[in-house]
Amino acid sequence: MILYDYVLSADCYAVRLLAALTGQRLETRAVDFYPGAAEKGAAFRAINPAGTLPVLVDGEVTLAEPAAILMYLATGTSFAAEGASAQEWLARSRHFAAALGGARQHDMLEVPGDIDALRAEGSLWLRILEAALFEAGEEGCGFLLGDTPTIADIAIFPHVALAPDGGVELGAWPRIRLWMRRLRALPGFIEMPGIHRLHDLKPEPGPDYGGAAA
Amino acid sequence: MTRDKRDEWYPVAIAAMLPPARGRDTLLLGEPIRVRAGDSGPQVETAEGRALPVTIAYGHVWTCLGTPGDLFPIPEAAQPGRRLVDVGMVRVKCSPLRAVENFLDIAHFPFVHTDILGSEPHTEVYRYDVRIRDEVDEVWATKVRFYQPQAAKSAEGGIETEYMYRVPHPTCSVLYKTSPPMPGEWDVIALFVQPLTEELCDVWPWMALYDDASSMAEMIQFQQMIFLQDRSILENQIPRRLPLDPGMESPTRADLTSIAYRRWLKRRGYTYGAQLVAA
Repeated sequence: MILYDYVLSADCYAVRLLAALTGQRLETRAVDFYPGAAEKGAAFRAINPAGTLPVLVDGEVTLAEPAAILMYLATGTSFAAEGASAQEWLARSRHFAAALGGARQHDMLEVPGDIDALRAEGSLWLRILEAALFEAGEEGCGFLLGDTPTIADIAIFPHVALAPDGGVELGAWPRIRLWMRRLRALPGFIEMPGIHRLHDLKPEPGPDYGGAAA
Repeated sequence: MTRDKRDEWYPVAIAAMLPPARGRDTLLLGEPIRVRAGDSGPQVETAEGRALPVTIAYGHVWTCLGTPGDLFPIPEAAQPGRRLVDVGMVRVKCSPLRAVENFLDIAHFPFVHTDILGSEPHTEVYRYDVRIRDEVDEVWATKVRFYQPQAAKSAEGGIETEYMYRVPHPTCSVLYKTSPPMPGEWDVIALFVQPLTEELCDVWPWMALYDDASSMAEMIQFQQMIFLQDRSILENQIPRRLPLDPGMESPTRADLTSIAYRRWLKRRGYTYGAQLVAA
């Protein structure tokens, strides 16, 4: 499977993350999204006429919508999710991307935008996420659709975790922070710039003292 | 040997990607300026319409608010066989001096650039040499060695990499490191910082590498990945401005270059983005 990839894209990272969590190997091809805007060029539009990233190519299959790529990779794994609630979160991930991702591109790469409106919209979606995670927690669930992570979580997580890049802090949302910590602690988790691994959960280097730290 | 901050050259655009007709409205040392493609090359002017000096070097358009001298040389830029990489601008809410200082720091590699530029438990910073070379008025750190799992896009596996750091300009640093495919040569990675205000900067990384295997997009993204790993750290440093007086932060052996850089800035009278009295 080939992923046309941009290392700083939240949606590209969601694809890399799900592949890592489900033990699938991706061959990544770097596309010069910034500063080159290569995804808008003729060469790349031959692969994806829409001129967007990420794009997944698996034999005859070419997918260019983040939610569809996640559904494809999740098929047959514990991350697969069907039904209206899953669709609701996959669709909402576009709102998170537009608002929080828009603020991030504005603050980081000088992309024009109404920064106050983007941050306010992003905060609204964080409020919705916090409320949903509270409801899930009341039912004993640590993730959006139950007690195991699914593509609903993976689709939303990168945009939320990168919100501080756009000047939207996460300190006000305790359930979001716990949910992010749960995701970062999953076996096979990979990081991206701005989303760090949990160093503090790694075993101490040095001799094994017999499980005291375990 | 003091020099007015307004007499320094600063990077304001990538020369090969000049902004379209409307230009790029930006700030330099707090002053609004506009960069645009003119008929005979890039033009930069102030809000009042005063044309500013322009020079093109190392892939970037440089300008100056005052009376410029010579821009520092990077002789390697002209060496044949190197690939010159314009990495693009990244805005960081930090002091321009903090951005340079972070670039000079080796000790953070295993913790911020985990499994790429460093890894636990290989966290030791070995002894290295630092001095201010008076004849060129630059800070140099040499004989810096560090174990790196993936030192560059072109690196196959872990190698002990040797580094040299050079600060030829208050907001620019040039790093020389072992070139994985050309062990006798140095790869050049530079950080050119445009100070927007004392606590906001645009960072323009630029590279001159020996690497025939990687695509340009791969080399750009490798460096963007590294630099963006630093961004969230830089935006959370306290105090916001770089303290030039002792007492605020306790240095260790790994910080020798930082100490020399701060001393050099103070001697040079460059205090834009600095904090002078320990709070």
